[in-house]
Parts: sequence; C-alpha cells; structure tokens
Amino acid sequence: MSWLTDTLTSSIGRKVIMSLTGLFLIIFLIVHLSGNFQLLMDDGGLQFNAYAKFMTSNPLIKFTSYGLYAFILLHIIMSAVLAAKNRKARPVGYAKVKGSANSAWASRNMGILGTVILIFLVIHMRSYWYEMHWGDIPMDAAGNKDLFKVVSASFAQWWYVAIYVVSMIFLAFHLSHGFSSAFQTLGVNHKKYTPFIKGLGIVYAILIPAAFASIPLYMFFNN
Amino acid sequence: MKLTLKIWRQKNTNDKGAFKTYDIDGVSPDMSFLEMIDVLNEQLIEKDEDPVHFDHDCREGICGMCSMYINGEPHGPLKGVTTCQLHMRSFSDGETITIEPWRAKAFPVVKDLAVDRSAFDRVIQAGGYVSVNTGGTPDANEIPIPKSVADEAFDAATCIGCGACVAACKNASAMLFVSAKISQLSMLPQGQVEKSERAEKMVAQMDAEGFGACTNTGACSAECPKGIDLKNIARMNREYLGSKMGSSN
Amino acid sequence: MKLESKIPEGPLAEKWTNHKFNVKLVNPANKRKYDIIVVGTGLAGASAAASLAELGYNVKSFCFQDSPRRAHSIAAQGGINAAKNYQNDGDSVFRLFYDTIKGGDYRSREGNVYRLAEVSVNIIDQCVAQGVPFAREYGGLLANRSFGGAQVSRTFYARGQTGQQLLLGAYSALSRQVANGKVKLYPRHEMLDLVTIDGKAKGIVTRNLITGEIESHSAHAVVLASGGYGNVFYLSTNAMGSNATAAWRAHKKGAFMANPCYTQIHPTCIPVSGDHQSKLTLMSESLRNDGRVWVPKTKELAEKVRKGEIKPRDIDEADRDYYLERKYPAFGNLVPRDVASRNAKYVCDEGRGVNDTGKAVFLDFRDAIKRDGRDTIEGKYGNLFDMYKQITGDNPYETPMKIYPAVHYTMGGLWVDYNLMTNVPGLYATGESNFSDHGANRLGASALMQGLADGYFVIPYTIGNYLAGEKYEKTPVDHEAFKAAEKTVKDNIDKLLSIKGSKSVDHFHKELGKIMWEYCGMSRTAEGLTRAKGMVKELRDEFWKNVKVLGSNEEFNSSLEKASRVADFLELGELMIDDALHREESCGGHFREEHQTEEGEAKRNDEDFAYVAAWEFKDLDIAEELHKEELNFENVKLTQRSYK
Repeated sequence: MSWLTDTLTSSIGRKVIMSLTGLFLIIFLIVHLSGNFQLLMDDGGLQFNAYAKFMTSNPLIKFTSYGLYAFILLHIIMSAVLAAKNRKARPVGYAKVKGSANSAWASRNMGILGTVILIFLVIHMRSYWYEMHWGDIPMDAAGNKDLFKVVSASFAQWWYVAIYVVSMIFLAFHLSHGFSSAFQTLGVNHKKYTPFIKGLGIVYAILIPAAFASIPLYMFFNN
Repeated sequence: MKLTLKIWRQKNTNDKGAFKTYDIDGVSPDMSFLEMIDVLNEQLIEKDEDPVHFDHDCREGICGMCSMYINGEPHGPLKGVTTCQLHMRSFSDGETITIEPWRAKAFPVVKDLAVDRSAFDRVIQAGGYVSVNTGGTPDANEIPIPKSVADEAFDAATCIGCGACVAACKNASAMLFVSAKISQLSMLPQGQVEKSERAEKMVAQMDAEGFGACTNTGACSAECPKGIDLKNIARMNREYLGSKMGSSN
Repeated sequence: MKLESKIPEGPLAEKWTNHKFNVKLVNPANKRKYDIIVVGTGLAGASAAASLAELGYNVKSFCFQDSPRRAHSIAAQGGINAAKNYQNDGDSVFRLFYDTIKGGDYRSREGNVYRLAEVSVNIIDQCVAQGVPFAREYGGLLANRSFGGAQVSRTFYARGQTGQQLLLGAYSALSRQVANGKVKLYPRHEMLDLVTIDGKAKGIVTRNLITGEIESHSAHAVVLASGGYGNVFYLSTNAMGSNATAAWRAHKKGAFMANPCYTQIHPTCIPVSGDHQSKLTLMSESLRNDGRVWVPKTKELAEKVRKGEIKPRDIDEADRDYYLERKYPAFGNLVPRDVASRNAKYVCDEGRGVNDTGKAVFLDFRDAIKRDGRDTIEGKYGNLFDMYKQITGDNPYETPMKIYPAVHYTMGGLWVDYNLMTNVPGLYATGESNFSDHGANRLGASALMQGLADGYFVIPYTIGNYLAGEKYEKTPVDHEAFKAAEKTVKDNIDKLLSIKGSKSVDHFHKELGKIMWEYCGMSRTAEGLTRAKGMVKELRDEFWKNVKVLGSNEEFNSSLEKASRVADFLELGELMIDDALHREESCGGHFREEHQTEEGEAKRNDEDFAYVAAWEFKDLDIAEELHKEELNFENVKLTQRSYK
C-alpha cells in the first residue's frame, strides 16, 4: 500500500484530503440547514424534536454521523499538518507583504477562518449535541426530548445570537474560497465550467450561512 | 526622483542578515529598477562599501535570473513583468521601497538579494523532459498537433523559472512552476508517452525540496511575469492523482 | 603555422556524409572512459553536453549563471531557419546554403555552411520530439514565416520566444543526462583558464563565483560554447553577464581568434535613454515588415521633435523622409540589417535623430494600422508593442516607435576547422564562440540554427575523431600544468584586488564601449581605428593602475567577476581594432568608409581579402600574428550585394 500512503502524504494528496472532506462538509451543511428550518414551524417544536430524536437514534444516521465527525477531524488535523509544513517552507518571513495585490483575503486566511469556525463548533456542540445526549432535557408533548426549548432559550439571548451570526460570516468567507478551491485541487479547472463553479461557490457561500444565521435572528426577534 | 531604499543585506548563506537603509537621489523615471540599483552600487563603491549583490542577466525579462521582492510583491508592483522590466516611473518621488530576497526554505539566500534556485533544476531533472536522444527522431510534421493544443502548451512553456510563484505564495509552494512543465509536456503527443511517471517523479522531487503545498490563493499566477495560469496546477493534480491511482508504477 | 580547415574532399553535397563515414569512431564501451568539459549552457553548449552524454561520454557542464537555463540564447526572439521546404516555395538545402554564404558576404567556408544547411532539417525534428511548442497552422502542421528579407518561408518560430523554447528543450535534454549521472553541472562557475599539456587541451581552471574557490578540472577534450563578445561595446543586446573571458583565455593559451572585427549591429533596438543605461533591448526584426522607418526631412524639424514642440504624428507627409524606401526602392524597409543600421547612423549624424540623445529614428505603424486594422497589427506584434510601452512609456499604436541600432551578435570568434576544433588539439569551439558559419554577416534566424547544429549534430561526430586517438588516462589535477594555470588565475585576481584605485569597473567598461562603438562600430575608418587603438591601450593601462575592486576573492564578489571580464574585453577590443584596420575592404558587418561604392554601399575586395584572418596571441603589447586561411568558392559565384 505504499503507493497510497505516498499519495496521501504528498503535498497534492494532503490537499486532496482537504478538498474531499471539505466537499463532504459542504454537502452536510445543506442537510443540516434543511433540518434547522424545522425550528421555524409553528408547532411549539414538536416536529423539530421528533427530527432530533430520529437523528440521534436511527442506526444509519448514527453511522453517517461518525463519518461526519471523522471528516471534520480529518479536515482539521490535515489543515494543521499543512499549515505546519507550509510554515516550515518559509522559515524566514518577509518584512513587507502585500497580499492584497495578488489574492483574496479569505484565500490567505483559511486557517484563521477555520479556527474561528472550530471554536464556534465547540460552543455549538456543547450547547445542543452534548445537551441532547447527556443533558437533563424535559420531554415534549410527544414524549421526545424537548431540544426545541433548549434552542429557543439560547436564542433568546442577544449575545448568543451574535456569536452565531458572526460565526456564519466567518463561515461565509471560508466557503467563498473553499468551495471553488476544492474543485481546483481535484483538478477540475475548465474554461467552460470553472466560471460556473466559482459563481456557484460565491452564491453558496452567501446563501447557506445567511440562511443559518437567519434562524437565530428570527427566533430572537420573534420571542 | 529621490528615494529611500530599505534593502536586505546578508553576507552569505550562514550570515543572519538585516535591513539597511540607503537614500538615493537623481533617479530617472526612465531607469529600470536594476539600473537604479546599479546607480546605488556605483555610489556604494565610491564610498568603499560592498555593493548590493543581486542576480540578473538578460535584462529583457526572459532569462528569469532577476529576483527581487519589492514592496511586498515579487518583481514589484507591476503585473506581467520581471524586476529588470520594471521602470522607476512605477514609483513616486520620495517613496520608501523595501527590497527583499525571495524567501523560501528551498531557496536559501546566497548573498544579499541573490538566492539559490537549484531546487528548480532538480525538479526538472526528476522528469521535466521527453526521453529522446539526439538523432533518429521522426519528421517534425509526422504528428499534427491542433493549433489550440500547441498554443496552450506554449503558454505553459513560457515559464522562465524565476521563482516569483514561490516567492509570492504564502506557503512558498512551487506548484505553478512544476505544473507548467508537467502541463506543457502532457499536452503534446511527444510528451504524453511518459506523462504519468513524469508527474509522480516531479511532484515527489518538489516535495523533497521542501516547498509548501498549494492553497489556491492564485497569488503565484497573479505575480507570474509570464502569466502562467492556475489551470496548470489543476492539470498537474489530475495527472498526479490519475497516475498514482491508475498506473502500475 | 599553416591553418588546415580540413574540409573533406568531394562534391559539396557529399562532403559531410563522406566525412561522417571517414571519421574515427570510439567504441561504445570505451566512451565512458573519456571525460569532456563543456563551457557554457546555451544552445550550443547544452545541446553538445546532452548529446555527448547520450553517446556515453562523461560530461562536465559549466556556466556562470545560477542555472543552465539562463544562458542568453534564451533571449532570441525571431526564429530558427531550416531547409524543410514545408511551404513548397522552392526552398532547399542548397538555397539555404546559398543565402547564408551570400548573406555572409562571401567570407565563410562553403563546406561548413553547406553542412549547416544540411543538418538544419534534423534540428527541427529533434526539437519537436523534445516537446518544443513551435507555432502551428490550423491543420496541425508547423507554421513558417519569412524572416529578415529571405525570399522563402523557412523560419520556424514559437511566438516571439523561439530562443527560449529551443533552449529549454536543450536544457531538458541536459537535465535528463544529469539525472542519468552522465553530466555533472557546475553552475555559478566561471572558466578562467585553459590548461594545455604538450599543446593539447587537457582541462580548465574555474572560479566558484559563490565561494571564490579556484578549481581545476581535467578532461580529454574541452568544448567552448561560451557565446560571443558583443559586450565589448558595453551596451549591446547581450546579457549583462555575457563575456569573452573563456574564449579570450583560450586565445591567450594558443587558440587563434578569427575575424574579430565582424560584428553585427541590429537596426531595431530601443534607443539609449541616458547614462544609466545598462543594456539595450532588441525589438524583433519582424517589425520592419509593417513599420516604416523615417526621420524629419530637416534638421530644424528634428530639433523641434526632440524638444517636444511638435508631435511626430503631426508632421506632414511632405516633411517626412522615409529614407530606406527612398534609397532602396526594391527592398525598402526590409534591407539587410547592416544597411538599415548604417543608414540610421547617417541620418542621425546629419542631426535628424528624434530622441533626447539625437540617436533614434522613427518606426511608424500608422499606415499599417490604417491598412490592416489595429487588431491585425496587435495580433502580430502585440507583445512587442507592450514591451516597448513598458520600457519607454510610449504607446506605439498612437505614436511611432523610436529605434536605433545596437550590437547584437559577433560573427568572429575562435578559429575552428571543419571538425569545430581550434588549432589547439582537443579544444573545440561551438556556437557564437566560433567564427565558422556566418562569414562577415549573419542572416536572421541563423544563430539558433548554428548553435544547435554544432551541438546536436556536428560535435558528437567530430569529437570522436580526436578522442579515438587519445589515451584513456586522465591527467591528474595536481599536474604542474594545472598548478601553473591556477597560479596565473590567482595572481590575476590578487592583482585586481590589490590595485585599490579610484574608478569602478563599470566606469572602464563604459569608456571602452564608447570608444568601440564610436570607432569600431557601424562605420569605420583607418584614422578612427588608429586613434581608437591608442585610446583602448591607454584605457587598459589606466585600468590596471586605477581600477577599484572591493572585497576579497573568497566571497560572492560581483565587482571582481566584472573586473576580470572587463580586463579581457580591454585586450580583445584592441585585437578587434587591429583586425578592422587590416581588413582594407567593406564586407557584411565590417564597413570601412574608405571602401564603398559610389552609392555608398559596402565594397568588397575579393582579390586581396577573401580569407579568414586568424590571429595568434604573442604577448601583451606585442602585435598578434596574422594567419590567413584562404577561402575557396567552387559552388557559388561571388557577386556584389545590391539592394537598390
């Protein structure tokens, strides 16, 4: 299997891992978002809680979620490895760098953007995922854990909503580069399709985080 | 024009090096950037100071030897030119100009602004050629090549090996350079025979030299004096992955 | 000593074939027992090093640049000639041969030139096989263009970067042999002496330009592919580092220097803008296909242009002098390089030059743009126009370009026989460093052809003829001849460093350049040359008394590098003047005002000067000895050029 380890530890191989895990996470965002929209239903959270129950108990979903955790971890670890390697490639830095002259800000700061998103993830997981699994949550009318209550309580706090909104802005920037970059890394660069991919990436990077952010905002102002 | 120059001075590879500031007067806007340094050097020699060492040769933008990182950009603020083609009319009177050498582990500083780019030679030696001996080749017109393919191969082949891509990249990655050669040869029928092995070997050598990985910022292409396109990196990735997974190497 | 050109017997077209059969061969298994040094990695050097290594020889390849890929062949723009006759327009090996001989004003050898034309077709095949992306037609076949006034389209090209693409092809072949362990590269090494033992070349002494280390390298044969000496003029289209040192030091060790006065001046360069100028940039000659050359009719009007009181575009048709079209109605703006250059000088000498320095003429695209449209012109010359704008700040779509001639190529060089061996056995010279194929003037797109012909297709055959008679044993580098050469080199460096004078190396180089350009440039006179000889000698004396070279040998020291090169230019310049003075005729790149036709054209003297002038170094300040190699023309009739 040395060819495989060779490939995956090469500079290109590592980037491909970033790209593939990134693309998986991009798809996951849509799934996650469509679930979240159930928070907006006017049923006191019954539908949402049923969904939450399904997502935490269905064996297939469970299996997939382990994959998701693994991919998130892989994405993070690989980025750390790459960042360390890349830093080593330039032991002495420049006194003056004018990055704006040749590249987009987000593309140069994917690490920072990613780190902020990671911090957000920790907060996010602690608030809901941890609570859902091990927290002391009351039952709703249908006998499901009333996660909706937990969510709406947290989104009643302005600072918590602010964390969400700001994090989504970071996510937007992360995606603005990550989306099209993932395709480039996989070797997809074509005169006909690349402009479309780039456009789609920008649309995606704006729409998805905006939709995510709209939910806490809606719930905050509707309270 | 009157200018203040902040120039990196380093006696040799092992020296630590530091910036030194020089004032220079009477700079003509018609001078090239290197001619401005020539004038500075004449003044330094006058004062018995060691002139600033820098690599340069053809001074017409094709040999790829000149390599100055000027005000935070390789080859300075103008796009599509090398340092030798940059003229002082691109700067304004009274400006302070910071001049540094290319910075990369794979490009150690030799002296002042000159660096050792032999890593590039070794990457080419790893496979940047078509394995034909002199003589015994078929007639040049035996294999027709579509004009569009020949033109695209040419676009990749215009790389001058200056290293601005590495210098511009926040990761000091050499992927634009390496991919330009892989692309040129993989597009032409003559080079296709060895294309999978070539991609594997050249990428392996690139990694061994200590260049960083690609973040697709596009800085390399934006700063490349010959405008080598990012699609070459995509092509290299394709070639490399396809070869690693598909070939029996 | 009699010079033997060793041109094979037999009919012209069979000479090379016969010769290839007659040369001695080295058994394939024995090739690895021979070491060959190749100095220079341009087209001639890289192609030779790669091809010799492929055959099995051990090659050491030297260049002063940081990588072999930087050699100045890379800057050639136009193209490479080959007698492929792909265009079905009547080209043939004989026609290319004939054009080259005629273009060289009948001062080159028939045998060599015919061989060059013969192997030209193989070069294109070779380069295409290497992956050189030549321009192609829509049908996928190779494109050609007519170049430099040739009557057939035989020039292959890769946009305006043909030299680059060919060099990178040769460099890739070289790199492949480095990977194979057959070539060892020595970048940032400069050859500072040739080592001869019993009259044979046995190695070289080099300086590591980074550490200053003086090293000896032993070999069974030495190939110099170190380029031309155009930088003797300080300003030229050569690279800053291009120098004559390797060839000149070989000359001082016995190799004859042939026809050093033949220098080619290229008519379309960007003019000098001021004292700071370090080099001149060539604009491709193809520009003359569509651009019209002119100056104002009167001095007064030119004066106004120089002062910026009138814009060139506002000058009436009646006040413009399209002097090339006027004087040479048949060829117009496409007259040969030397004619175009000389006429530019004349109109500027009359005070009709058009830039600040008074040394520039217009090259105007107004009519071409009107005729073909801006898009067509942009398609043809877009990159050149951009480059011009970059350098001068003027937009050639809106205002005429300004051009002036500049030194571009040196036809003279080390004397070699048909095998490309100098008169020093075991020492070869290829490419621009030899004198052999271009006579007194080189045709456009022929330099690339010659460099690659020598390296790919000539030297691999001919070097075996010599090596087959050599013993396998290598001379150890502690041999006294190496030690003596090392000492000479070190003493020379110590001397340069110890002068501690008051003037920089560049000062002397610029002064030398001015003298050479003024008196030994486009137009020469006995009086001027005599004066220049004294001036160069005086300058050389002052150099050795008053040059300021800072620092030490044991470091990267650019002043020291330059000083050692300029010291050689100062000696070479004098020989060029001697050669120009002795050649009482005008031919090709050598124009003596005393020898011109009534129409002001070059007037050859075939009776007395149809020979190669090969100069033998005696000692400094002793006149070099002239050896003549008579040129015999059996296949062409000598005619006087006429472009009327």
